[in-house]
Amino acid sequence: MSVDQKMDSGRRTLLLATSAVGGAAAVATAVPFVASLTPSERAKAAGAPVEVDVGKLAPGEMMTAEWRGKPVWVLRRTPEMLASLEKTDDKVTDPASEEPQQPDYAKNKHRSINPEYLVAVGICTHLGCSPSEKFKIGAESGMGSDWPGGFFCPCHGSLFDLAGRVYKSMPAPTNLEIPPHQYLADTTILVGDDGKA
Amino acid sequence: MTTKSQAVLNWIDERFPLTSSIKGHLTEYYAPKNFNFWYFFGSLALLALVIQILTGIFLVMHYKPDASLNAAGVPVAFASVEYIMREVPGGWLIRYLHSTGASAFFIVVYLHMFRGLLYGSYRKPRELIWIFGTLIFLALMAEAFMGYLLPWGQMSFWGAQVIVNLFSAIPLIGPDLSLIIRGDFVVSDATLNRFFSFHVIAVPLVLIGLVAAHIIALHEVGSNNPDGVEIKKKKDANGIPLDGIPFHPYYTVKDIVGVVVFLFFFSAVVFFAPEGGGYFLEYNNFIPADPLKTPPHIAPVWYFTPFYSILRAVTYPLFGLDAKFWGVVAMGASVVIIAFLPWLDRSPVKSMRYKGPIFKFAVFVFVICFFVLGYLGVLPVSPGRTLVSQICSVLYFAFFLLMPWYSKIDKCKAEPERVNFK
Repeated sequence: MSVDQKMDSGRRTLLLATSAVGGAAAVATAVPFVASLTPSERAKAAGAPVEVDVGKLAPGEMMTAEWRGKPVWVLRRTPEMLASLEKTDDKVTDPASEEPQQPDYAKNKHRSINPEYLVAVGICTHLGCSPSEKFKIGAESGMGSDWPGGFFCPCHGSLFDLAGRVYKSMPAPTNLEIPPHQYLADTTILVGDDGKA
Repeated sequence: MTTKSQAVLNWIDERFPLTSSIKGHLTEYYAPKNFNFWYFFGSLALLALVIQILTGIFLVMHYKPDASLNAAGVPVAFASVEYIMREVPGGWLIRYLHSTGASAFFIVVYLHMFRGLLYGSYRKPRELIWIFGTLIFLALMAEAFMGYLLPWGQMSFWGAQVIVNLFSAIPLIGPDLSLIIRGDFVVSDATLNRFFSFHVIAVPLVLIGLVAAHIIALHEVGSNNPDGVEIKKKKDANGIPLDGIPFHPYYTVKDIVGVVVFLFFFSAVVFFAPEGGGYFLEYNNFIPADPLKTPPHIAPVWYFTPFYSILRAVTYPLFGLDAKFWGVVAMGASVVIIAFLPWLDRSPVKSMRYKGPIFKFAVFVFVICFFVLGYLGVLPVSPGRTLVSQICSVLYFAFFLLMPWYSKIDKCKAEPERVNFK
């Protein structure tokens, strides 16, 4: 079109309208593609609760179960281990578990239903590594002489106490997650379902 | 040339710009005559890309991206890599060429980038070449990261777990974003398959496009050189730069020498130390992925460690957002900031040869910090190491962010009129 010709504004409007509608259609086409990236129905259905038998667990021992592809720890704490939580109270960021990282029934000083058993998702709240057990007290653990026992994340060095509470100024922002769970019997725990919807 | 082949060439040229392209990019592309050792690494990066694509094509013929367990209880993906290594004829060589090639690619690219830093190759009018280059570096990091998941070993799994979780630190959209990246609530078969798709199709296409853009932009403005002076300012009667020589045959021949020397070293590693002492292929990756157990010490492959150290160095929350988010921001910024070099450097000269003592000192400190960060990135954290990495991270950013000032006040030498050439 040469410059001296008068612009046909009716056609220009049509052109813009067509482009807008076409553009909207192109954007809408992206919807199924993005949707295909989200978890499939099968992945969503794979979150069934897991039954864990802790009867054979000796005091001070820990076992790991798999729930939703994640490790769930069950640690049977000795009285000394429980006592160590008093000492770590002023070393941890969130001693009273104010952050919603646990169901209400685990919002207590030992972060569990039964003080003896800690049930926690063994995934560091920083970047998702699984912390290692460092239960030995003091220098024997390689964690320094005043170490009261707890967990150490090998990836970025976050420290947690024996209730999964994170120490102050660590990369991990919050305490370890306590999954919904309930006791089916004295030594049988159902992880992933607490019977409350 | 015989009249018959001339006729064929004419027939093509009337339909496709063959002769003019060869002239424009090779026989009549005039590059400065004073290129030195550092100028090998551009063509070597291209060679590394070709090696990766070629070996990758053959690996895909045998590899299976499948996280389910086979009859022996080993993930299929892990087993298929073992199969390539032990049962496919020549498979071990192709696989080692590919895994070692990744490290070689990064060595060459880091040296190529350092060359740009030394001689001011990012300065006007080459800003776009530099930006395309930074994007290539980013794409390369994505490519390497997703490729590392495919063997489905312990390092593959936990490395991906950590990096994907980085995205969940972004406020508001983070958790959904990491869910979309993984395609599941944990790193799983869905993640493995999409990373495979990105690694073999999407990112290589982007890489090749960016490399083309990088070279087209370079050939538009012409190459820089160790003296940092524009050869196009002094031309002869025919309009050819006085200090320029045709890329072909002069630099094609020179680059072939570089290729031979490179292949010499590369083959030595591929045949005698393909694991690179645990740095090219980490030992924990010879254990199949176990979602329930993180290896006692996890570290990224060496080429990511400087940036990984910067991530780990941030341990303070800020503005109500936790340290994790700022660590991610710092790591992202440490790569992206490279793209801004053209506007940060206010020095009157381009090349390190004529820059003053302050700039030289700054580059020296920067390189030291980069190596220290890289070294700390493979080690487990301790309070002392965290402090050192914090200091080095601050210096890393100071190198870039203070450059507008120190490059301006620096006492530079005068640039020569024409390039030095003995």
